[in-house]
Amino acid sequence: MDQAFGIMLVTLEGTIRLSVPLILAALAGLFSERSGVFDIGLEGKMLAAAFGGGAAAAVFQSAYLGLGVAILVSLGLALVHGFASITQRGNQIVSGVAINFIALGATVILGQAWFRQGGRTPALTGDSRFQAVELPFTDALADIPFLGPIYANLISGHFVLTYFAFAMVPFTWWVLHRTRFGLRLRAVGENPGAVDTAGISVTRMRYLAVICCGILCGIAGAYLSMAVAAGFVKGMTAGKGFIALAALIFAKWRPVNVMFACLLFGFLDALGILLQGQSLPLIGAVPVQFMQALPYVLTVVLLAGFIGKAIPPKAGGVPYVKER
Amino acid sequence: MDSLAIELRGIDKSFGAVHANKDINLQVRRGTIHGIIGENGAGKSTLMSILYGFYQADAGDIFVGGDKIVIRDPNVAIEAGIGMVHQHFMLVENFSVLENVMLGAEENAILNKGITRARAELKRLEEEYSLEVNPDAIIEELPVGLQQRVEILKALYRGADILILDEPTGVLTPAEADHLFRILEQLRQQGKTIIFITHKLREIMAITDEVSVMRRGEMVATRKTSETSVEELAELMVGRRVLLRVEKGESKPKDVQLSVENLSVKDGRGVTMVDNVSLDVRAGEIVGIAGVAGNGQSELLETITGIRSAVSGKVTLCNEPIDVTGDADPADLRKRKMAHVPEDRHHMGLVLAFEENENAILGYHYDPEYLNGPMLNLGSIRQHAQKSAEQYDIRPPDVRLKTANFSGGNQQKIVLAREMERDPTVLVIGQPTRGVDVGAIEFIHKRIIEMRDAGKAVLLVSVELDEIRSLSDRILVMFAGRIVGERAPDASESELGLLMAGIEEPMEAAE
Repeated sequence: MDQAFGIMLVTLEGTIRLSVPLILAALAGLFSERSGVFDIGLEGKMLAAAFGGGAAAAVFQSAYLGLGVAILVSLGLALVHGFASITQRGNQIVSGVAINFIALGATVILGQAWFRQGGRTPALTGDSRFQAVELPFTDALADIPFLGPIYANLISGHFVLTYFAFAMVPFTWWVLHRTRFGLRLRAVGENPGAVDTAGISVTRMRYLAVICCGILCGIAGAYLSMAVAAGFVKGMTAGKGFIALAALIFAKWRPVNVMFACLLFGFLDALGILLQGQSLPLIGAVPVQFMQALPYVLTVVLLAGFIGKAIPPKAGGVPYVKER
Repeated sequence: MDSLAIELRGIDKSFGAVHANKDINLQVRRGTIHGIIGENGAGKSTLMSILYGFYQADAGDIFVGGDKIVIRDPNVAIEAGIGMVHQHFMLVENFSVLENVMLGAEENAILNKGITRARAELKRLEEEYSLEVNPDAIIEELPVGLQQRVEILKALYRGADILILDEPTGVLTPAEADHLFRILEQLRQQGKTIIFITHKLREIMAITDEVSVMRRGEMVATRKTSETSVEELAELMVGRRVLLRVEKGESKPKDVQLSVENLSVKDGRGVTMVDNVSLDVRAGEIVGIAGVAGNGQSELLETITGIRSAVSGKVTLCNEPIDVTGDADPADLRKRKMAHVPEDRHHMGLVLAFEENENAILGYHYDPEYLNGPMLNLGSIRQHAQKSAEQYDIRPPDVRLKTANFSGGNQQKIVLAREMERDPTVLVIGQPTRGVDVGAIEFIHKRIIEMRDAGKAVLLVSVELDEIRSLSDRILVMFAGRIVGERAPDASESELGLLMAGIEEPMEAAE
């Protein structure tokens, strides 16, 4: 019983840990896509931010400076995407793919050139890495059965960025539905003509959305290289940007749904790690690769049939041109 | 009463090689309804977009209430008290009425206060102008008439004194249009100035005080409505005399060529779009189907022509059944002498990126006449296209020109030429003159009558009631997927209008 409880706690703790970058990236995508700019470059932005953050934190020995650099790097790429797809009215998919490739190559080349550790950044220690935050009362509650361990493992003991990610969920909902910015953002993704004729600049709204996206992707990247891991490793996003995109569609572009979708994918990931090398009843040992593939397989299955029709923002992917 | 609300002096605007507005002068008196009429592409919408700050004029000045202003963007126009109701509504469909009205006029960064104010203001406007609408209703669930009302409310909410309406009746039923006219009348009485853009002469005569006529980018005349006539305006619009009513003799119907029995069709969502429809079309007659867009006419046409499959029912073409519930095939039906002019020439009738001659044989390209073994015989295709361009007065008569570069009227003629000259037994036509200028309408109508007189069975669907009335020998009215009545072509417009609104017993509804 105790052992089962322990396993459950570990799995849930892993779920939270693994879903944080997904939540941040998916919310980033949400801002961008609700404004009508599709962004498949979440992965690339996250990766570049992870590298930039890891490198800066190693050089300056400061996690917060690293975070700042991570955000700037991601923001820079987001603005490139914005320039290509808003100002130049280019194809948003092509631009996103380009950003993914640039990030994949540039991080390794620059990493090798600067640090000569095979594309890694130096390991972060002490202040150069985000540390887990112990919430008050952890000790006081430690002796209470169930509640104590739950508090210690699931509520307390996470990184600042983790709390930030979960706080962003209701905050994003509030911004979208209770502020002028949110009203205009949603409108510009559905019918930019309505926004334009109401005397609001479509270009400005979309750039603002893309900037929000860049900042959140940057934080997601920083989380990967400076919180869960102690440094950047090449290709460390490992498709999380795409999973986040899947979660966004799965959640029908709604913030609270996004959180649950990301938790689900995080849970599958955590389960995969837990079951690696374990022998399951009836099936026997499951190959590691199968468990690693599970979240992706489930994504396909879920997206293919179980969520009903996901209707994207109507003006999504279409550059705005005043009709003549 | 005599002061000017708006004055335009020497407005000029070009888009590349297209000179959309040439040295336009216009004076609109305060507190009047001023009509602007002209054919499609005459430059009416461009002119109004300039006035609303959507485009900037290349030259010319704008005066609002006597003061010269530069309208850089819609914000300036809104501040100057100009509001616009666009032809294609500028509404966010999945937003509520309230959210749409507030958009761009929210007051604070956080919406709370704005919402309270907008609710109060909507209530006031509702009482003042009797513009009732539920502020919490979602736009896409409202009928178009109400959506348009939201557009008007949006303008009034921003304090508009001058209201521009761009082709406002195109999407409305006759009853809804009448209601709109009453609203406009009331707005005028409250001192608002209204600019009413349309290509329908009847509407100009019905509600405007003054009317300005545009032709090919120029303002050709301004008249007091009481001192002009439909004939004069039509002539000014087109630049020559036009026949407004097609001349046609008695029809001489013969055998039934197309017969539809108990046809039912569902759309992709499983909603019944055509509900147990039966009709016959005889050789030598035109059967017109009237109705507001979206009442199943499109689905009916597509099913008869083999594009969409039916749930149940029978269709026979020249006494031979068409497998409408199974795999009826448009290509096969064409071989069986059914020609189809689709409702939407851009999506179904033409490939806009093709050259004219390629579109002229589209769907008939298997004809040995155009083939050289497995290859297309380009020489004979172009020769054929050249001939039909002459016969159907397609301008410019350049068969190598990209189809997208032809005007709407000429594009429609390309489709008509292709379908009519094959000597079909049954001709199915949807919206023959949508987006087509008056001159071309006259030509197209004559051709349709000629087809009838040559003994073809013609099934005509149009949302233009005038067109249905002037061409048809029998009128069927479609509402919510059903045929709700059959009338002779001389039935009154109000009678047909009530049927189109689904009111089958006019006596009750006439208050």
